[in-house]
Parts: sequence; structure tokens; C-alpha cells
Amino acid sequence: MLSYTLRRLVAMLPVLLGIAFITFALVSFAPGDAIRLMLGSESANVANVERLRHELGLDLPWYEQFWRYLGGLVKGDLGTSITSRQPVSHLIFQRFPNTLVLTTASLLVAILIALPLGVLAAAQHNRPGDYLGMGFAMLGVAMPNFWLGLILLIVFGLELRWLPIRGIGSLDKGVLDYASHLVLPAVTLGTSLAAILTRLTRNTMLDVLGEDYVRTARAKGAKPNRVLFRHALRNALLPVVTAAGMQFGGLLGGAVVIETVFSWPGLGLLSINAIRQRDLPMMQGSVLVFATCFMLVTLLTDLLYTAINPRIRYG
Amino acid sequence: MAEAGANNRRGRRVLRAFLRNRLAVVGTLLLIVVIGSAALAPTVAPYDPLKMDLVNAYSPPGSEGHLLGTDNFGRDILSRLIHGSRISLLIGFVVVSIAATVGTVLGLLAGYLGGWFDELVMRAVEIFYAFPFLVLAIAVIAVFGPSIFNVMWVLGLVSWPLYARLVRAQVLALHDLEYVEAARASGMSKWRVMFKHVLPNVLTPVIVTATFGIPEAILASAALGFLGLGVQPPTPEWGAMISEGKDFIRRAPNLITWPGVAIMVVVLGFNFVGDGLRDALDPKGKKG
Repeated sequence: MLSYTLRRLVAMLPVLLGIAFITFALVSFAPGDAIRLMLGSESANVANVERLRHELGLDLPWYEQFWRYLGGLVKGDLGTSITSRQPVSHLIFQRFPNTLVLTTASLLVAILIALPLGVLAAAQHNRPGDYLGMGFAMLGVAMPNFWLGLILLIVFGLELRWLPIRGIGSLDKGVLDYASHLVLPAVTLGTSLAAILTRLTRNTMLDVLGEDYVRTARAKGAKPNRVLFRHALRNALLPVVTAAGMQFGGLLGGAVVIETVFSWPGLGLLSINAIRQRDLPMMQGSVLVFATCFMLVTLLTDLLYTAINPRIRYG
Repeated sequence: MAEAGANNRRGRRVLRAFLRNRLAVVGTLLLIVVIGSAALAPTVAPYDPLKMDLVNAYSPPGSEGHLLGTDNFGRDILSRLIHGSRISLLIGFVVVSIAATVGTVLGLLAGYLGGWFDELVMRAVEIFYAFPFLVLAIAVIAVFGPSIFNVMWVLGLVSWPLYARLVRAQVLALHDLEYVEAARASGMSKWRVMFKHVLPNVLTPVIVTATFGIPEAILASAALGFLGLGVQPPTPEWGAMISEGKDFIRRAPNLITWPGVAIMVVVLGFNFVGDGLRDALDPKGKKG
């Protein structure tokens, strides 16, 4: 297991280099002039353009620029934000925990919806419970998440006034305040994953329910619920949990949009604001962190899967 | 002759299996309506989608002459949705065509040629997979600027790895089969073997994947439109319509309701058809 983990970590290096190159290329090989893009048309006079070009090292050959960029990355230097003049890494690490809270909460929401609904659908195969589960699974993936967010915002925020509609709560005001701000964004972001996982839980459960050992359990007189939860669900859990981990990247991508809908001050909102303000170093840094984080989560899911599945052994 | 007959029989069997799937038929009907209205948009849309009528702004659904109401500029929402379907479908089809073509060719070459080219393609696939799909698309469009053209090629370019990986795996499975060996032994060039004998046999999963790729591209382009990075107003793109409407959600929630419903209907249509196709082409994997 240890040697497999080490090999996977080493295999990550060229991918990390590739990620770094793509994020670097975004700014350095941008068409036209990245500088003019950043300055906007008003202040893009020759002196300003040259000053910023020199400041960002864009007057060097590209390989030297890339080398400098990599050197910076190794030291944790992601450049300086053009708008706030603060280090990009500092701004990102201020906001990143919020995105992590949102995506983790969404993952939990997705699992909490998907497991019971998927089990219900499988237990009631081709009966109302199944139609309910599959109906949710189909609608959940077809709905644009930002639209669902706005609809939930209208219903639960504006009409019923049950939940706050924007921003992040403060833990100083109590857990309830923080949690109430989290509900709408987490449910919105978690719904499409819940839909995917509901379908997967149902299908895996149907497979498992057809296995010999389930028939044996039934034949020896085990109660239906015991068969369902103790014998079947335990074995159906592994692929569902693995898929949940694998889909984490989708949640990170979705967070960019959902954070904008609910003004949730995370990395997504930070990068969208950076794009709106043409702050390319900020955008570059956020994309890099998104990708690295996504890759680490995928690796972690893989390793967990290996560790908890007794049938898989990597030498 | 015998081969054509076998193909016909298989085609008929797949069609029968597809038509037995009720949801697949519903999906097909939904798509016929949407594609039909998109094709005939100037004829079936009751108004010009850009025509403003400030006197009748915010008309509720069911108002005289405006089945789904009007928006903040008094533009007819139904007409905008019908014209918007052209944009969403165009983006969906173009994105998938780019992604499937690039991915299939690279996957085919990687799987068949192997060696350093395979290594190179698979490393590129891994790197692209490391980015959350939408994050990479947003970043590239932010640099190149928002336009329908940029949305199409950027979404196409970030989606190819899925097809490359799929085709490569299929090619590796076919590589040593007897008929491929026979083709090679008969002295055919490797390009001819690849494109004439291997490629046709890996296309089925590509078609199924592409059917699911279209709604994904439509959802992604709507998200880009919503963020202001896609097709720009006043063009009636569904995501941009929701974005415009969100400033008026208290006064007229129907400005965002209908474009969302339209997106959902199209995505459902493609997903139903995709499920039906997959089950019909691979009856063993069917789960209802």
C-alpha cells in the first residue's frame, strides 16, 4: 500500500507540471495582450503597459517566464493580485476554507439524499418508490444548478423567509447562523450529485439484491429490512462512496457558479470577481489551486478505495 | 451482401429495443419538438425576440398575445426561448463534434500506435482531467473574451479527453483480434487498418457518449451565459436570460423560470434518448 501510494505521488508530478504549464499559458500566451486586458481600455497607455509588462516579467522569453513562475510556485508564491496588491496565495488561503466547507456540506447533502432514496427505489423496483427515486435522479441532473439556486432562493429566502439568501454566517453569532447561511448553497450544489448517486445506489443495490448471498439470507428467514441494510447496502456502499469522491471535482466546478448565486465568499466567487476585474494573476492562482485540489481529492479517493476494498491489492 | 444483411438485422433489432423504451420515445418526441421549433424559429415564434415594448414590460404569463409573458424590456419570453433553442442546440452539437472528433482521432492513434505517442496523449488526458471542467472553460474564456464562437471551441477542447480515453480502451481491446490481424497480414497500411477496420468498430460507445455530451455542453454554456462569459445579451441565450432575469426575481420570477424549464426539457430529452440508445445497443447493461 505504501509503495503504491508513493508511486501515485510520483506519477502526480508530471501532471502537476502540466497544470502549472496550462495555468501559466493562460496568461502568457493569451491572444492580443494580456496587459491591455488587465488594464482595460481607459488606462492602457504605452507607459502603463510597459510598466506592468516589466513588473509581471512578461518582457522575458516564455521559457524564462515559466521557470520564474515554477520557482515562485515551489516557494508558494502565486504572484500579486493586480486589484488588491496583496499576494494571491494570501487571498486564496483566506477564501479556500469557505469553498471547502461548502463542497463538503454539498457532498454530505448528496449522500444523505441519495442513499435512502436509492435504497427505496431498489427495494420498490418498478413501484412508486422507484418512480420517485428515478424521477428525482432524472430531474436532478437536468436542472441547471444556478437556476435551482435562484428558485430555492425565491421560495425559501424571499417568499417564506426561512433562510438567509446571501453571504456567509458568522460563527460568533452561533452555529445556527452559520448553518442557516450554508443550507441553500449546499442543497443547490449537492442536488445534481445527489441525483447521480441516487441512480447509482439504486442500480448497485439491484445488482446486489440479485446475488446468491442475499437470496441465502432471505431463505434463512432474515427480515427484509435486515437483508436490505445489513447485507445489501453494506456491499453497495463502496462504489457509491467512490463515485461520490470522484465527483468532488464536479462540486468544485459547480462551486464557482453557486458561490456567485449566493455571494458565498469562497474561491469560486474570488475567481469570478478576478475575471470581472481582469485580475489575471488572481485568476491564474485560483485555477491552479482548484486543479491541484481536485487532483489530490481524486488521489485520496483512489487510495481510500484501495484501503477499504479487501478484494483489491496493489503491489 | 451478407454483411449488409447482418447490419440491417442488427439495426432493426436496436430500433425495436429503442422504441420499446417509453422514456426514449418521450425523449425523441421532446427533441423533435425542440429541434423543429429551432429550425422554424422565425416562423413559429410569435414575435421578434429582440423587439422591445416597454409599455407591456413584465406582462405575466397568459397575457394577451404573450403566452409566457414579457421580460423587463417587454420582449416576448416565448419568442426568446424559441430563438434561444437555436443557440443552445448549435453549441451542443458543435461542442460535441469538436470533442468527439479530436478525442476519437487521438484515442485511435494512441491505442493503435502505442509507444511515445500513446504516453503523450495519455499524459495530456490526465492533465486535462485534473481540471474541474467548468473551471478550465471559465478561465480560458476569461482570457479569450466571451462570444458564442469562443464558448464552442473552448468547451469542445476541454471535453475531448473523455472520448480519447474511451476510444483508446476500445482500440486496445480490438488490436489483437483476428480480423484486425488478418487485415494487417493482407498487407494493408496501418492507417487503412486503423481508419477502415478499427474505427468503425469503436464508434458505438462514442455515439452514446456524444448523446450525453450534448446536454452537458448545453448546461455548461448556460452556466457560462449566466456568469456573463457566454453568449452576450441581447442575444436570447437561455443562461444569459436567467442572468438578466435574476435582477427582477421579486417583481417577475417568470423571467428566470421559463428559460430554466427550457434547459431542463432539452437536457431531459437528450438524456432519455442517450439512455435508450445505450440500453438498445448494449442490452446486457440495462437497468431500467
